[in-house]
Amino acid sequence: MSGAMVKGSVTTPASRMAALARAELTLLGRSKATVISAVLVPLALPFSLRPVVDDMDVEDSGLTVGLVLLPAAIGFSLLFGVYAALTAIYTARREELVLKRLRTGELRDTEIIAGSALPVFTMGLVQCLVLAVGCTAFLDVPAPEAPHLAVLGVLLGLVMCAALAAVTASVTRTVESAQVTTLPFVLVSMVASGVTVPLELLPDRVASVCELLPLSPVITLVRSGWTGDLSAYEALGSLATALAWTVLAVFAVGRWFRWEPRR
Amino acid sequence: MEARDTKEHVIEVTDLRRVYGGGFQAVRGISFHVDRGEIFALLGTNGAGKTSTVELLEGLERPDGGRIRILGHDPYTERAVVRPRTGVMLQEGGFPSELTVKETARMWAGCVSGARPVGEALALVGLAGKADVRVKQLSGGERRRLDLALALLGKPEVLFLDEPTTGLDAEGRRDTWDLVRALRDAGTTVLLTTHYLEEAEGLADRLAVLHQGRIAAAGTPAEVTAAQPSRISFQLPEGYFVGDLPPLGELGVSDHEVEGRLVRLRTRELQRAATGLLVWAERAGVELKALDVRSASLEEAFLQIARDASEQASEQEVAA
Repeated sequence: MSGAMVKGSVTTPASRMAALARAELTLLGRSKATVISAVLVPLALPFSLRPVVDDMDVEDSGLTVGLVLLPAAIGFSLLFGVYAALTAIYTARREELVLKRLRTGELRDTEIIAGSALPVFTMGLVQCLVLAVGCTAFLDVPAPEAPHLAVLGVLLGLVMCAALAAVTASVTRTVESAQVTTLPFVLVSMVASGVTVPLELLPDRVASVCELLPLSPVITLVRSGWTGDLSAYEALGSLATALAWTVLAVFAVGRWFRWEPRR
Repeated sequence: MEARDTKEHVIEVTDLRRVYGGGFQAVRGISFHVDRGEIFALLGTNGAGKTSTVELLEGLERPDGGRIRILGHDPYTERAVVRPRTGVMLQEGGFPSELTVKETARMWAGCVSGARPVGEALALVGLAGKADVRVKQLSGGERRRLDLALALLGKPEVLFLDEPTTGLDAEGRRDTWDLVRALRDAGTTVLLTTHYLEEAEGLADRLAVLHQGRIAAAGTPAEVTAAQPSRISFQLPEGYFVGDLPPLGELGVSDHEVEGRLVRLRTRELQRAATGLLVWAERAGVELKALDVRSASLEEAFLQIARDASEQASEQEVAA
């Protein structure tokens, strides 16, 4: 409407992050190793656990095989598809001086961290959806009783894992060593956050400690999304724990994220 | 309406300091300014503090002391205001190796206000033919040119170039110089670092020589050079001694040294000294072998400044 000459387009946070995310998506597609470990592991691993789960006396805890495997699959997706993959990506970009270069431009620090994570984040979200649908279809999982809890759990889990990946990348020197630095969180979560062994099967005292681990409330929320057996009070407790870890992780990123390789 | 920027000083640096974690003082209180449409070179050996200084100017880090104004703004605390108007070429790439040249430029273009078309930016630096090549397959010189293309994408008012021609062949270097001059003529303010003296001499309107984090000399290339003496050297003919030469003071020679038969004179009056010497040789009927008469070059000025500064430093150590 105005007859003024079109001034060169001014960037917005959204447009800048979109440009960065597009480049990262291209890179993701070209990194076979990342794609395999991020897509195949979360999709295949939980089902290879099935015989083990069949042997567990899950029915005693009011669970079914499907209700153990579904949260496990989503847990694997968060751990391998998002956390481990993003740790490697942040580390690679820092070591290639890409992060430093991005910081010389108009992108803000948070836009760089978020934009770089966007493709993996989206991939994790899609995986969780695929897993939910797949498990419902093939493992006799009933329709979710409280889907909003599962959705909140997955979203908090995604943000938490992305932030923890940025923190982990800060102590990771090379892309190769990311396989080692991501192990502690991956192993602890697998064993003690209800990913492979439901917390319901652990002794009460152990379980009450394990409930406080970062990924525990996420898994609890996802599982209860289907069972609907979490009281409002318990649900709030889990949400608060997950939120606390997420805030803590985001704070740690702001405080300790490394933008350049060590000299 | 935002206030107009001071026309004169596009870059203003006052008593700038940078200290690294271990306590190493990389930049020890430097001050200079760069005017609009000027090419300013920071010259120095490796470790002189060039990159440490430029990173502060680019707003990548907060200075440990002193003040920087880029277009009237603090580049660190007012990043959002300054960045759309500056272009930066880092010393080392910083591109994902698996992206192509075009994809890299397109990504960057999406992060730059008022970006040129990607093709135009690549053509500016002669990379149009490499658009679909992955970054990892580029030569060092091509990567430098890609970096320059990205720095130019937003048509910046202020351009920071950290060693823009390192790794380029002679032709590429000349092309870059022409491009930088053309940008300067169009009003862009350019601050570059280099350790190539001929680059500073040929390209810069003004320069500062950095040594151990301090500015050891500053001015136009001619001024910095003129502050240094010219040199004459030759071999004394057989049977002659330095005492046989005309009184050196009268020739305008400030000091001399003798090494075997080789004589070196320093003077600030090159023509008078050279004439006096040659007239003497003519009259004496002798030939001055290995005669070398040269006015000070930036290279000599640079080496002399480095020598002086190290001597001062070691004297201070002795005194302490």
